[in-house]
Amino acid sequence: MNWRRIGKLMKKELLQTLRDRRLLGVLFLAPVFQLFLFGYAVSTDVNHVATAVYDADRTAASRQLVERFMRSGYFDYRAALDHPAQIDHLLNTGKVQMVLHIPRGFANDLQRGRTAQVQSIMDGTDSTTAGIAAGYVEGVVRAYAAGISVERLVRARGVVSSVPGIDARLRVWYNPELKSVQFMVPGVLCMILLIITMMMTALAIVKEKEIGTLEQLIVTPITATELMLGKTLPFLLIGLVDLAAVLLVAAHVFHVAVAGSVLLLFAISILFLMTTLGLGIFISTISKTQHEATLTSFFFFLPFILLSGFMFPVENMPRVVQWITYAIPLRYFLEVIRGIFLKGNDLSVLWPHVLVLAAFGITIISVSAWRFQKRVG
Amino acid sequence: MSNVLTYEHAVEVRELVKRFGAFTAVDRLDFTVKRGEIFGFLGPNGAGKSTTIRMLCGLLLPTAGRGTVAGLDIIRESERIKTRIGYMSQKFSLYEDLTVEENIAFYGGIYGVSDARLAERKAWILEMANLADRRHSLTGELAVGWKQRLALGCAMVHEPEILFLDEPTGGVDPISRRNFWDLIFTVAGAGVTVMVTTHYMDEAEHCDRLAMIYGGKLIALGSPAELKAQYADAGQLLEIEADPLMRALDVLAEAVHDVAVFGTTLHAVVHAARGEAMVRTTLERAGVAVRRVEPIAPSLEDVFVRLIEQADRQREEAG
Repeated sequence: MNWRRIGKLMKKELLQTLRDRRLLGVLFLAPVFQLFLFGYAVSTDVNHVATAVYDADRTAASRQLVERFMRSGYFDYRAALDHPAQIDHLLNTGKVQMVLHIPRGFANDLQRGRTAQVQSIMDGTDSTTAGIAAGYVEGVVRAYAAGISVERLVRARGVVSSVPGIDARLRVWYNPELKSVQFMVPGVLCMILLIITMMMTALAIVKEKEIGTLEQLIVTPITATELMLGKTLPFLLIGLVDLAAVLLVAAHVFHVAVAGSVLLLFAISILFLMTTLGLGIFISTISKTQHEATLTSFFFFLPFILLSGFMFPVENMPRVVQWITYAIPLRYFLEVIRGIFLKGNDLSVLWPHVLVLAAFGITIISVSAWRFQKRVG
Repeated sequence: MSNVLTYEHAVEVRELVKRFGAFTAVDRLDFTVKRGEIFGFLGPNGAGKSTTIRMLCGLLLPTAGRGTVAGLDIIRESERIKTRIGYMSQKFSLYEDLTVEENIAFYGGIYGVSDARLAERKAWILEMANLADRRHSLTGELAVGWKQRLALGCAMVHEPEILFLDEPTGGVDPISRRNFWDLIFTVAGAGVTVMVTTHYMDEAEHCDRLAMIYGGKLIALGSPAELKAQYADAGQLLEIEADPLMRALDVLAEAVHDVAVFGTTLHAVVHAARGEAMVRTTLERAGVAVRRVEPIAPSLEDVFVRLIEQADRQREEAG
């Protein structure tokens, strides 16, 4: 293997990349932009649910419940209704996302020890938000009910200390505020590395095929291995620079700092990049034009992004689909990245994922190298 | 790198065959290229010229047959061949977003030319291609003729012994074509063997020897003068101006050995003795106005057209 030759090829590749303004934008601005987009705009946190209240009971008890809702911080009081016919219109026009309906006789039922009823009507067009808000509703109502029970018991027995009860307290570790930014940053990082390295490698090779320079290279004494390294190493470098840029923005703009070892993060990223660069070469061997290569890349992106746990938790997928996710390298990388980022995991915990990533990387690179060899020969 | 020139022929091909599926692109080709000559490969599009060159340069594997380039086997030793040859195709295969100098330096690096040697080669290429003033220009901004000469320079950056040019003048204006052929003569004068494909007859005239190829088969081989002499053996060539031309063509097709349309005239081959008079009377009897009948020396185009027609006739008779 002639490293001088590989060096010349890398230098040429980087020169061409640095000269292409549009490509530069894609390589270095787009990742940061994506981070902002996912960090700020795409948030799965549910706050400020626009709420209207139809209080048909109009008692101290019902007003107390409404107050509890508003104090929780999750609901914004938008309107008070005095007729049920208004409910439909408000939800339909999207003015509110939820209507809290307290029926007549609510306080009366409570007083007599009967089960009182409260209704919340949700706009289910955004099922995720509706589901999360429903959870909040239940929480608020349960807390209110518990308060009444205790009060009742205390009043009946006249003794405070003898009330039994379980006080369940929830503590969330690693991301105590359950902010989606924390969860998104590692995901965006994975996606950027995947897109840039896989697609750019494929395009860079197919472009040479299109303009005929690949043929010209094949009549030189360069070997297939040298050619492959010279075409992929520049994008490995660019991928690592992007990784550093995303880490900096994450730390300084979103205050999401890496809890574990940054060095380990880079090392395992290189392992993952073997997979993506290999896929890039593979795509280049089955595509004749840059257009074909782009379309083929998307064929890989979609399952990677949908089935890796980046968008939806793997645990929520049907059993069969969960099996398929084991074949998605990004799934393991995502676990590693989230582990290092949020939990500060080290190799003693992450080694199974790392092994799987190494196996994927070596297999994919080998298959691609073999296919590439055949094209050149 | 061994530079001992121990081989006899620059290129030698025996029974070379290339099939793509059911299609035979190159059909049992036999020829040799002598060292130091300009060897032309002449034929219409799709005749198998590029396929043959691509097999010689190690871009394609032959289906059958064998061949050597610089004394090395084209199947087993194609990697060693690559250090000894230069290849340039119609695509000019340059990086348009690199400068002239960067292109030369890149190809030099890939061929493993040392830095010191590369400086000399760069100077030689810039002078040869007349690109010294343009060395820092982006290649994409150059006119076609310049790109073509730069491509030739890049293909020769490692001083190859044999140069393969696959339709190097395609899409280039006549003046640039002429300049380019001057370069080919210079290169050949320095001892480099040149094998060049073309479908331009005027370019074929420049070659020391020619292989005419049609439908993947070799239909003639020799120097331009030899090929024309063979043609002359068959009879006298007449140039005929007549009106209406197509009627004249039909009439003569029955009466003479060979006739074909050349621009606004007909070229016909007749037996030397009474040929000219026979053509006149035949045409006049058929009611065609004869403007001019004149014996001329055959051009390569005459030779080529006649050989192709013969090949077509033989194929029809065989099929």
